[in-house]
Amino acid sequence: MSNRRRRGLGGGAAALVLASSLAACGSDDGGPPTLTWYTNPDAGGQAEIASRCTDAAEGRYQIETAVLPRDAAGQREQLIRRLAAEDSSIDIMSLDPPFIPEFAEAGFLAPVPEDLAERVTEDVVQSAIEGSTWNDELVAVPFWANTQVLWYRASVAEAAGLDMSQPVTWDQIIAAAQDQDVLIGAQGARAESLTVWFNALIESAGGHIIEENSDDPEDITLGLESDAGRRAVEVMRAVADSGQVSAAFSTENEDASATGFESERGGFQVNYPFVYARGLGAVEAGSLEQSVVDDYAAAVYPRVDEDTPAAPPYGGINLGIGAFSENVDFAYEAAECIVSEENQAFYFVNDGNPASKASVFDDPEVLEEFPQAPVIRESLELAAPRPQTPYYSEVSGGIQREYHAPGSVDPDSTPQTATEFITAVLAGDQLL
Amino acid sequence: MTQTTLPPVEKTQPVSAPHGTISDRSKAERKLGWLLAGPAFFVMLAVTAYPILQAVYESLFSYRLTDPDNRSFNGLSNYWVILSDSLWWTSLGVTLLITVVTVLVELVLGFALAMVMAKALKSIRPVIRAAILIPYAVITVVSAFAWQFAFDINTGFVNRWFDWIPGISADTDWFGGQGTSLLVICLAEIWKTTPFISLLLLAGLAQVPEVLQEAAKVDGATWWQRLWRVTLPNMKAAIMVALLFRTLDAFRVFDTIFVMTNGANNTESVSFLAYRQTIARLEIGLGSAVSVLLFLCVVLLAAMFIKGFKVDLAQARGE
Repeated sequence: MSNRRRRGLGGGAAALVLASSLAACGSDDGGPPTLTWYTNPDAGGQAEIASRCTDAAEGRYQIETAVLPRDAAGQREQLIRRLAAEDSSIDIMSLDPPFIPEFAEAGFLAPVPEDLAERVTEDVVQSAIEGSTWNDELVAVPFWANTQVLWYRASVAEAAGLDMSQPVTWDQIIAAAQDQDVLIGAQGARAESLTVWFNALIESAGGHIIEENSDDPEDITLGLESDAGRRAVEVMRAVADSGQVSAAFSTENEDASATGFESERGGFQVNYPFVYARGLGAVEAGSLEQSVVDDYAAAVYPRVDEDTPAAPPYGGINLGIGAFSENVDFAYEAAECIVSEENQAFYFVNDGNPASKASVFDDPEVLEEFPQAPVIRESLELAAPRPQTPYYSEVSGGIQREYHAPGSVDPDSTPQTATEFITAVLAGDQLL
Repeated sequence: MTQTTLPPVEKTQPVSAPHGTISDRSKAERKLGWLLAGPAFFVMLAVTAYPILQAVYESLFSYRLTDPDNRSFNGLSNYWVILSDSLWWTSLGVTLLITVVTVLVELVLGFALAMVMAKALKSIRPVIRAAILIPYAVITVVSAFAWQFAFDINTGFVNRWFDWIPGISADTDWFGGQGTSLLVICLAEIWKTTPFISLLLLAGLAQVPEVLQEAAKVDGATWWQRLWRVTLPNMKAAIMVALLFRTLDAFRVFDTIFVMTNGANNTESVSFLAYRQTIARLEIGLGSAVSVLLFLCVVLLAAMFIKGFKVDLAQARGE
């Protein structure tokens, strides 16, 4: 074959490729707009809801899902960088509540229409509404609300003589665990889960990580040095020093807590509701006895002080609509469909993620699948969100640095060093 | 006995044209050279020089990605914040420790593996080479997860297998302290990149003239003497290039730390610090300043190698 002919063939092939890729681009214009919903990884529930809502839209739009990284910090990093570049492909986002103020303050969330705001907050638990609010305005649509409960082995509590029908304190749990030589599970790893634990402790003691909030990072006043802040450190240290935590407590995350709870030494743990579904899954897979899961019981999060009600952690996912989306109206319509009572109930049963609408907890199907649903609902009413600030990653990162490892914190010095450190980071005077 | 190397060869200079003028032929060659290398040169400029210059520029500002309106020039104050922070110096120390430990161990191990690859029986040589290179083909994040799972107190097998060693028991929490965390990080790095160094050293081994080895043998030199006096001196250039590449690479360690400890227990490296400021905190100014300092460290290391050890990159290529 001559050189020239070969070149001609190559050119022809290139033209063909170009033409077909151009054709592929062109086909986007015709059909209904496609909304992209960036979801956190789950057991497939969000993808199913997306297809249900696509059907409900009757051809006016369709929803596609795109899965974000596994942990909340990774999800935030990916979304926020793309939004900073004004990415118009982000229509709907599954957002972890602590990051919502940062997104709202930066103008990355399209304003919620007033009539819709009224409809999507109807019958929704208070903590989920607070988690979607910034500067007294609803900026995201509450989807599902998560909280931690105190998981315990009914047989262990009974043997220790602990009356679980009444609220219990951390001190009581430590004593019972020591009495029965069982494990207490909590999240001591240097990760967001440590902030979750610490925030629940300080809120349960009647304090707050951020005492006085401000849009200006230098004016934020921390409450770590309050009595409640010191009390939280005392509890943290008492749990770590109890002798009843896992040997790897300083790297224990939610999964490790659940693993410890499933083991022979399992006794108590503070953890999310997924623990129950996980136990059932392990029974199905044959790695856990049914009798162990039958022994699982849940109560409201432990109190720090006997007379003050606990403030369990609040988490979950709320839906934000991208400010640069080309289909904001459709996106809000889709979000309203996604958070419908029916879909929340489906998501609760399918993925084990509790609904933000209170009525879902009365759904007979939900009650059958989740015997602990009433406890979860009660916890959600009590739950306190983590500090709401656009500078959340600085605050949480600072907490994780200073309050880790839980076995080395000191009520007399940690609150002060942590306050100095986080204040310096917020002022931009220190690295994190 | 002295070291035995081949006498240096005088490089011949082209003498085709009279001094000071350029012939048409060499002009044409120069032009062709530019035409051939030019596109690559500009691509390199676009993908490396441009981001570096942009980072230098950004590092002079107080700039948060989510708050572009309040961006303000603050001169060198980002550098001052970093250099007066003990965290920077801790991270630098950790990075240097990881670099020195991993590179030294890899050099020794890599040399041994290179010898095995070079001297193995012909029939099994391809299999051995492939086997040795497998870790290098594994993605760093994957290898970091594998090592983390192996040492994890719940999922790992290390505690169970090695509990006969004093200090290791079923309850050893490898990621609970700085020393043990760094040990696992170094082990994972060494496992992963030793093949790279042994590949470079294998190329160096092939350059050692067989005549010198034979002459030393005839003189009655032992295997050890031949290694120290003949083999190593003759592959100095290859060793230095391997060291240089690996040191620069090791200094930028990130993935393994990110996966294993996420910076807990003072295991942060300099790259990790840059990631935390730029990506997690979104403080582009401060993060860029960390990156620029990291870049300067790498340049300094490279300069030290090239000037201090007189590494001649051209020699390593066999020119």
